Amino acid sequence: MSFRKWLLAAGTALALQMAVSPAGAVTLRYANQGDLKSLDPYTLNETTTNAHLGHVYEGLTSRGKDLAIGPGLAERWEIMDGAKKWRFHLRKGVKFHNGEDFTADDVIFSADRVRAQGSNFQTRVPKGAKFTKIDSHTIDVELESPNPILIAQWDTWYIVSKKWAEANNSAAPTPAAATTPSFIALNANGTGPFRIESHQPGVRTVFKANANWWGKKEHNLTEIIFTPIPNDATRVAALLSGEVDVIEPVPIQDIPRVNSSDKAKVLAGPELRTIFLGYDQIRDELLESNVKGKNPFKDVRVREAFNLAVDKETIKARVMRGLATPSPLMIAPELFPQAGFSSKFDPERAKKLLADAGYPNGFEVGMDCPNDRYVNDGQICQAVVGMLARIGVKVNLNAQPKAQYFAKVLKSGGYKTSFYLLGWTPGTFDSHNVLFDIHGCRADGSPRGESNLGGYCNKEVDALTDKILVESDTAKRNAMIKQAFEITTKEFAYVPLHQQALAWGVAKNVELNQRADNSVLLYWANKK
Amino acid sequence: MPSPTPEEVKGLVAGGQSGLIARLLDSDIYASFRSSWVTMIAAAIVLLCFIGAAFAPWIAPTDPFNPATVFLSDASIPPVWQQGGDPRFIIGTDDQGRDMYSAILYGLRVSLMVGGLGVLLAASIGITLGLLAGYMGGRVDAIIMRVADVQLTFPAILIALLIDGVAQGMFRGMSRETTAIPVLVISIGLSFWVQYARTIRGSTMVEKNKDYVAAARLVGLPTPIIMIRHVLPNVIGPVLVILTINLGLAIITEATLSFLGVGLPPTQPSLGTLISIGNKYLFSGDWWIVAFPGATLAILVLAVNLLGDWLRDALNPKLR
Repeated sequence: MSFRKWLLAAGTALALQMAVSPAGAVTLRYANQGDLKSLDPYTLNETTTNAHLGHVYEGLTSRGKDLAIGPGLAERWEIMDGAKKWRFHLRKGVKFHNGEDFTADDVIFSADRVRAQGSNFQTRVPKGAKFTKIDSHTIDVELESPNPILIAQWDTWYIVSKKWAEANNSAAPTPAAATTPSFIALNANGTGPFRIESHQPGVRTVFKANANWWGKKEHNLTEIIFTPIPNDATRVAALLSGEVDVIEPVPIQDIPRVNSSDKAKVLAGPELRTIFLGYDQIRDELLESNVKGKNPFKDVRVREAFNLAVDKETIKARVMRGLATPSPLMIAPELFPQAGFSSKFDPERAKKLLADAGYPNGFEVGMDCPNDRYVNDGQICQAVVGMLARIGVKVNLNAQPKAQYFAKVLKSGGYKTSFYLLGWTPGTFDSHNVLFDIHGCRADGSPRGESNLGGYCNKEVDALTDKILVESDTAKRNAMIKQAFEITTKEFAYVPLHQQALAWGVAKNVELNQRADNSVLLYWANKK
Repeated sequence: MPSPTPEEVKGLVAGGQSGLIARLLDSDIYASFRSSWVTMIAAAIVLLCFIGAAFAPWIAPTDPFNPATVFLSDASIPPVWQQGGDPRFIIGTDDQGRDMYSAILYGLRVSLMVGGLGVLLAASIGITLGLLAGYMGGRVDAIIMRVADVQLTFPAILIALLIDGVAQGMFRGMSRETTAIPVLVISIGLSFWVQYARTIRGSTMVEKNKDYVAAARLVGLPTPIIMIRHVLPNVIGPVLVILTINLGLAIITEATLSFLGVGLPPTQPSLGTLISIGNKYLFSGDWWIVAFPGATLAILVLAVNLLGDWLRDALNPKLR
């Protein structure tokens, strides 16, 4: 078979290549379906990008293998004044890759930079938070209102060197829409366990181990070479041939094949991301529908009908090939227990509800769907189109690459969608983020409900969300979260589908830790 | 089987049209057709494809374009002779549970329609511009032919991609299902006109100096009439050959565009879209999703090309 021969040839080439590399050098090759576009850590808040840059940059806090929050560039901190004031003691003796010392000035600079125009991480630091330097390694943060989970997302608020950024004309964050890359988008200077040796966007990025890192090294690598390989089949072939050591993701239909090879295995596990459908319930007339003069999704019966029409189990069995956990809630069971919640599949009742709502013959609606963002996203949408067709709703599917999709449906694009599929992992790994970001009432000038593309709004939920933020008693807090989810579920704010599965392809001689947020962090990788 | 004699044919086709058909059957072209079994097989295949495509809604067991009749629970069923096969789906189903046989028939319909219309559009543009360039000469000729030269330096697929991208941008907000076919036809039409224009221009330049054109001019006929009534019929011959050969190319172009994801959406698959869907499952062993549409496309294009080759030879007096 010619394919086998090709594999053999590639393997031989690799063996030759390895033979000439210097003794002791361990190079790990990693391929992802997506590219690492900009090295500016404030440009794009996306799991994959954050994970890449997490090798180079560090936050004041860090998250461990089990996602538990721990000290990072801040050695310890004290919460004062009922969580209105925080004191951070910064780690001493930490150096940036260019040799500069890490000090309080860099943190204050980064706090301003991350909240500046063009940053995609503005929610990381509250707008009114005041940073005061006590001494070169101590900082006070004063908040306008108490926030006990202030640091929950600080593991991906990466600290940038003030001197270096200012000297290189990069004091302002690079917006995602920037057409010419800034200096900091092409170069990096962090404190992390790896430094960037070279970066060619869309081609490859080389990371070298940082010998002067302050932390305790948990890898044996000298070098990581990252290459984007968008085509599923090519990516799998690269892993099976030994051309790369780690790939993410393994297309689910290829998992058995990778597992049956003697070269590689699949690390699989549940992901914390929830995939769901949303609908525009705020406009008086849908942008893409044959129903004029009113918005069918304002009627809770229509929203319930959509929930009843979607057969999550079949999507799991057929589209996801078993690798998904159907979900009745908008948050993963690992983050909040789903006891007391369940989802039903009942197309007959859905038809009846549609008829009761005044649509006995259904209606037409346009649907936006990414086709290269989530696991089998395009196929899920197609399956949903079929299921809704059976209750009489004709869905005109617009499956598009994520760049076009996000430009259309997100806030910056004016929420131009009537019906869409999206995935959400709460950055804080906490329900508050889910309630605030995708269930909160949208309002101008407020980050609340920023990713609530359908405009669901219930003031009661908003009030509960605010209380949940400041409640420190876990039992009380969980009761309030449950209450909030009961309201949103009863009002069918969304159609939650499932939590997708993680699938990383890893060569047999590589050991690494799979974190449930799908961050591929190779500073925990060991290669034999 | 011996060719029927003219008498037999006259007996077979009764009525007033017998003259024409008899003449056709008696012609050199028919004789050359009958003498080449490859051509006959190719013609039979093309005919079969056209019939299958035209009558798809009546032949196909299911309607793959109607999401209400496609069940996800039937997804990825192998062909009937393989373990796990289902007699309802002779050659299996795709990842959405569509019957592959029905999907291929409907896909063939889309592919042939887009290819056919695209080629016709290309021919009309090419013939018009070629006639103008050849007959008018001078600046008109120079401009049209330079545009053609520039376009020839790009591969047709690149131009089609470009036009497709621009058109999709223009129709943003409209559903792909409604815009895909017209956009594809226009992309193919605009990328393939050059060949026609060049051929027609060449023959027009020869024809326009002949006596009958001079005579027509002398009687005072208006230029458009001379071009269409007198020159065109005498230069159209070679176009038929290009038309046939280009049909194959156009079908491939449509399939390529759809394979790259800029053609027909997965909810209305053409052969190219089906191959693109199947490509994802090659490694996982679901070979039938890509193999059958791929084979259909290859056989169809091969047959069309063989017909085109034969037509070229048959119409070429030097090869007789």
